[in-house]
Amino acid sequence: MRKMLTRRTLIATGALGAGSLLSGCDALSRSQTFQNILGSAEDANFLVQRALGDRMELASEYSINDLSPKFRANGTRDPGTPDYAASAAQGFADWQLRLTGLFKKPQIFSLAALLSMPQRTQITRHDCVEGWSAIGQWTGVPLKLLLDLAQLQDSAKFLVFHCADRLGGRPYYESIDLLDAFHPQTIMAHRLNGESVPIENGAPLRLRVERQLGYKHAKYVTGIEAVATLDNVGEGKGGYWEDVGNYEWYAGI
Amino acid sequence: MIKSQKNMTKRHKLTTRLWHWVNALCLLVLVMSGLTIFNAHPRLYWGEYGSSDDYAWAAVGSSQTLGYVRLGETKIETTGFIGNWRDSNGQIQKWAFPGWATIPSYYSLAEGRRWHFFFAWIFSVGLAFFMIRSMFNRHVQKDLHISRAEWRPSNILRDVENHLRLRFHETGSVNIYNILQKFSYVGVIFILLPLMIFTGLAMSPAMDANWPWLTDIFGGRQSARSIHFIGMSLLVLFFIVHMITLLLAGPFKQTWAMVTGGKREDSDHA
Ligand code: HEM
Repeated sequence: MRKMLTRRTLIATGALGAGSLLSGCDALSRSQTFQNILGSAEDANFLVQRALGDRMELASEYSINDLSPKFRANGTRDPGTPDYAASAAQGFADWQLRLTGLFKKPQIFSLAALLSMPQRTQITRHDCVEGWSAIGQWTGVPLKLLLDLAQLQDSAKFLVFHCADRLGGRPYYESIDLLDAFHPQTIMAHRLNGESVPIENGAPLRLRVERQLGYKHAKYVTGIEAVATLDNVGEGKGGYWEDVGNYEWYAGI
Repeated sequence: MIKSQKNMTKRHKLTTRLWHWVNALCLLVLVMSGLTIFNAHPRLYWGEYGSSDDYAWAAVGSSQTLGYVRLGETKIETTGFIGNWRDSNGQIQKWAFPGWATIPSYYSLAEGRRWHFFFAWIFSVGLAFFMIRSMFNRHVQKDLHISRAEWRPSNILRDVENHLRLRFHETGSVNIYNILQKFSYVGVIFILLPLMIFTGLAMSPAMDANWPWLTDIFGGRQSARSIHFIGMSLLVLFFIVHMITLLLAGPFKQTWAMVTGGKREDSDHA
C-alpha cells in the first residue's frame, strides 16, 4: 500500500514535472487566478523590503566619476502631440504642474516657480525592469516641498502622476504611496547631468523615486493627483504597465 | 526508540528528501523563468551600471539568419539554439533563449518575474529551513562534514581515480557520500545556492537602499547580475554532472532512495 502510494506520487510528480512544466506552465501563466497566486510574492517583497530598512533609508548615491557615459532612454522618447511640441518649441515656458484631488490647497506650479524653489541634486542608479542600469545626476524639487504647500487631506493614501505621453493610445500614468512621496530622494527632476532633461528622458519634468525600478519614474509629468484608492484610476492597478503588462505595482525588485 | 532506530538506518532523512524535491522543482522554475528575464536584455556587464551603449562582457546577438553568443571578443555561432531559433510553429524568433527553455514559453517579462519571485521565496525559505534542520539532525556533521582524514590528498586522489573508473560505491565505507560528492554538495548548498539569493537581492533597488553593502560586495548591481547568471550556469552544470553520476550509479535505486529514504549500506549507524 505504501509502495503503491509513493509510486503513484512519483509518477504524478514526473508527469507534473515534464508535462505541466513545459506546456502547462503557459496555461497556468495565462490564468488570472494563478497569476494572482504568483503575484502574492509581490506583497511579501513589499512587506519585507519595507520592514528591513528604517523606511526612509536612502538609495546609494555616487560621485560624478561614476556617471554612465550615456544615460539610456526607454519607453516614450517623444510624446509627439501638437501641444507637447508647441511647449517644447518655447522651452516649456508654459508647462504647468497641477496638484489636484485630495489636497486642502490644490496648486498649479509653472516650471519657473518650480525652478525658484529649493533644489536637491543626487547622483543615483536607475535600474530598468529589463535588467540594465544607468547612473545619472538629477536635480529637482523635493516632492515633499510641493506636498507641504498643497497639504494632503487625511483620506489621501496615494499620489497618481499623470503624464503627457501616450503609449498604444493610453495615457501613461504611475502611482506611489505616501512613504515614497515624502522620501528625501523623491524629487520632480528637471535637470539630468547638469542640463535640462532631454525630451527622450522626460522633459521638462520627471519623477525620481529612487528605491524602485524605472517604470515608476513617470516622465513628462503634468499633474499629481492625491487619491484614497487606486481603483478608479486607469484600470485600477496603479500604473500604465501594471494595467497593460501585468507588472507589479511595487517595483522594489 | 524503535522509531528513531528505524530512521537511523535510512540513507536519506525525511527533511533531506522533502527539501531535495521541493528544491529541484524551485530550481527548474527559477532557471527557466530567469532565462525569460534574461531575454529582456541579453547582455551582461561588470560594475555598477551597464546598458546598450556600454561594453558587455557577454552578449547574445541576433540577425536575420544568425544567432550568436559573444564572450569578450569571441563570437560563437548558436543559430537554432540561442539568438535565432524556430518556435513550435516554425517561426523564426530572435529572443536569446528558446521557448522550450523559458517559463512562460512565450516572451513575457512580467510573467517571468512573477514566477521567479514566487519560487524565489519557496526556494529561499526551503533552503534556510533545510540548513537549520540539517545542523540539528546532524546531517551536516555526519554526512557532509569533511574529516581530517578525508582531506588527505591520497584520499582525494583515490576518489578521483574511483570516479574515473566509474566506481561509485566504495564498499566498507561508513560515509554515504564520498569526498568529491561532499565537495560538490557542500559547495552547492552552502556557497552557490546562498550566492543566488544574495546576488538576487543585490539587484533590487529597494534592498540596495536597505543594505547598500550587499550590492557593494559584488562590485555593483550589474556585477551582481553577471554573478547571478554565472551561478545559474554553474547550477546547470552541477545538474548535468548530477544526472550523469546518477545514471552511472544506478538511477532507479538512487532516485527511489531519495523518495522513500532507502537504506544505509553499512551497519555502523544502526
Ligand atoms: C538558484 C536559483 C536561481 C536561479 C537559477 C536564478 C536565475 C536567474 C536568471 C538566469 C536571471 C536572468 C538575469 C540574470 O542572469 O541575472 C535571473 C534574474 C533575476 N533573479 Fe534569479 N535565480 C535564482 C534565484 C533568485 C533568487 C532567490 C532571487 C531573489 C532573491 C532572484 C532574483 C532575481 C532578480 C531580481 C532578477 C532580475 C535581474 C534583472 O533585472 O535582470 N533570483 N535569475
